[in-house]
Amino acid sequence: MKHIITIMIENKAGALSRVAGLFSGRGYNIESLTVNETDKPGLSNMTIVTSGDDRVIEQIIKQLRKLINVIRVRDVTSLPDHIERVMALVKLHILPKHRSEIFGIVDAYRGRVIDMNKDSMIVEISGSIQKTESFVELVHSYGIIEVLKTGVLAMSKGNLVTTESNNNKN
Amino acid sequence: MNGADILIASLKREGADVIFGYPGGVLLGLYDRLFDSDIRHILPRHEQGGVHAAEGYAKATGKVGVCMGTSGPGATNLVTGIADAYMDSIPLVVLTGQVASELIGTDAFQEADTIGITRPIVKHSYLIKDSGDLPAAVKEAFHIAKSGRPGPVVLDLPKNMLNSPKSKVEKPGQIDLPGYQPNYEGHPMQIKKLLSALDSAKKPIIIAGGGIRSAGASEALIKFAEATGIPVLLTFMGLGGIPHDHPLFAGWLGMHGAYSANMSTIQADYVMAVGTRFSDRSTGDFSLFAPNAVKAHIDIDPSSISKNISVNTPIVGDARVVLEQLLKYISVFKAEKNEKARADWLKQIAKWGREKPFAYEKSDTVIKPQFVVHEIYKLTKGEAIITTEVGQNQMWSAQYYKFKYPNQFISSGGLGTMGFGLPAAIGAKIGLPDREVFDIAGDGSILMNIQELATAAQHRLGIKVAILNNRFLGMVRQWQQLFFNKRYSYTCMEFQPDFVKLAEAFGCVGLRAEKPDDVKPVLREALKVKDKPVVIDFCCDREENVFPMVPAGAGLDKMIFN
Repeated sequence: MKHIITIMIENKAGALSRVAGLFSGRGYNIESLTVNETDKPGLSNMTIVTSGDDRVIEQIIKQLRKLINVIRVRDVTSLPDHIERVMALVKLHILPKHRSEIFGIVDAYRGRVIDMNKDSMIVEISGSIQKTESFVELVHSYGIIEVLKTGVLAMSKGNLVTTESNNNKN
Repeated sequence: MNGADILIASLKREGADVIFGYPGGVLLGLYDRLFDSDIRHILPRHEQGGVHAAEGYAKATGKVGVCMGTSGPGATNLVTGIADAYMDSIPLVVLTGQVASELIGTDAFQEADTIGITRPIVKHSYLIKDSGDLPAAVKEAFHIAKSGRPGPVVLDLPKNMLNSPKSKVEKPGQIDLPGYQPNYEGHPMQIKKLLSALDSAKKPIIIAGGGIRSAGASEALIKFAEATGIPVLLTFMGLGGIPHDHPLFAGWLGMHGAYSANMSTIQADYVMAVGTRFSDRSTGDFSLFAPNAVKAHIDIDPSSISKNISVNTPIVGDARVVLEQLLKYISVFKAEKNEKARADWLKQIAKWGREKPFAYEKSDTVIKPQFVVHEIYKLTKGEAIITTEVGQNQMWSAQYYKFKYPNQFISSGGLGTMGFGLPAAIGAKIGLPDREVFDIAGDGSILMNIQELATAAQHRLGIKVAILNNRFLGMVRQWQQLFFNKRYSYTCMEFQPDFVKLAEAFGCVGLRAEKPDDVKPVLREALKVKDKPVVIDFCCDREENVFPMVPAGAGLDKMIFN
């Protein structure tokens, strides 16, 4: 099963490679990975989409918590209330006869056309993983030139920081 | 003052009194300052010898071992020892030289990405670019190495950082590691849960591992076992955690462990594991391990719990602290209702022990390796520190030397590093000079770090190296015999040096025993030598096997006895 793990990590040299190396070294799989600084100085957030049975996910979380630079780890998937977002940039071929159809689909998905010339356009679309995937599927027949996606961002609802929702580290 | 001075002052502040180090280009400046320092420096003859010596020192003394190598090959030669310390939870601070920071990434002479290479085998690591960061980093490194589940910490030290002058250095403040707060105390609810489940057990056992040694929990373990009357099994890493002659000691469990221990795990209805990571060599096939038992697991490393063996009561905490907590709550525990069943259980374990003790076929004509270990045990009155290499020599040492103390047996368990024993013996002897130290070796392993005889001779260390020489890579040959149709593919040492002459060439005493009658006199002669290493070549039965043996992937009751 797919799990979204969010990690609060000290923004120190090599911290990212410690996390990435742990996944490859122990044979865990990474579907996507996003890293960014947070509003708190010195702290970064990493969001990793991975998959595995409960035992594997439990080990992944425990092993991540063992890393000295990792401050908190949460399996967001286990939080009852959370939102997930990815953003995709989709570059499409366009024929004049398809233009209005494509605009209709982009509109239905609340996407935005951010660049256009006479043969192609770039659409920006954000939402859940499924939403972006289904958009890509729908426009596939018009001729996709390129799709780029960000990793997943996931945030718990309510008034706590995501990594502090529910129980804390250890 | 420069980075080197700051490093030396920081090391001294953390109590480092010995460094096992090998100099090199980028460390010249540091070595120049070290020359005037009162830190004792031991020069191994290979960096791998240095890191294993630091491990032996750490295991014997309980202190953090410190070793050092230069950039590039110096650092890569340390890698095996770092991995070894990581697997066996040995507190080490490993100092590596690095090329000047402006050269990092240019493929400079003797450059290697030490932080990258060692990342999966360290507890933590630091690349120090500013000598002002050294006091805090060194303090953190020692703290991380020895606290929680101990392990190796690497400090990578660029040449320019060590050599450039620094006018003002702050003393390190409080350690601030928000992501590292090991949990020492067990959760009281879990403790009570453990005791109440234990209360209804009829066939309980305790399995204690290396965590007993690293937590200093031996006394608490013995008290708890005595207070509850529960028998104690030890893992390979836990040997000595309870004295071999204690009435509640039920044996060593695992692949080459005791019949009594392995059978009791199969039949136990309750397993309380403490300070062990349930290695496959201890458990046999995970799914067949202690099939009838409710299980509790006490370990300071949460990731060790339910990794290999799922348990009913996990307790994250330090072995000593949790055992003391258990003792405090013990009033909850009232085993009277199962008194009869418990007494029968102890009798059953004792019966297994009598039925199939460790045994071998004795011989008047050829030296049995088990006999050598047993004679070493008798002549040292069970008081020696034993290091081993890896393979048959290691297993026979564990079977036939009977340990009393938790720091007495120093062996590479997790990584299984051949070449570990001789340098580890050097480190142990330097840490505890008054103790008799024996490296029980095989003729294969000993050649992997034989150069360290020069180190031992230089420092006049009266260590003893007992080579159980069968001119085979014995353990691999044993597996070939049992599982590969006796096809001894490249395990026969068709040429071996004359170990007596080799010892003499290294400035050591060289002795040889060719028949069983030689064993005792030769050992007596060796024990008389106090100021030189002694190497004894025991010409052993070539095809002796280690039994009992649980084949890989089987349950612990599937022991082969011959």
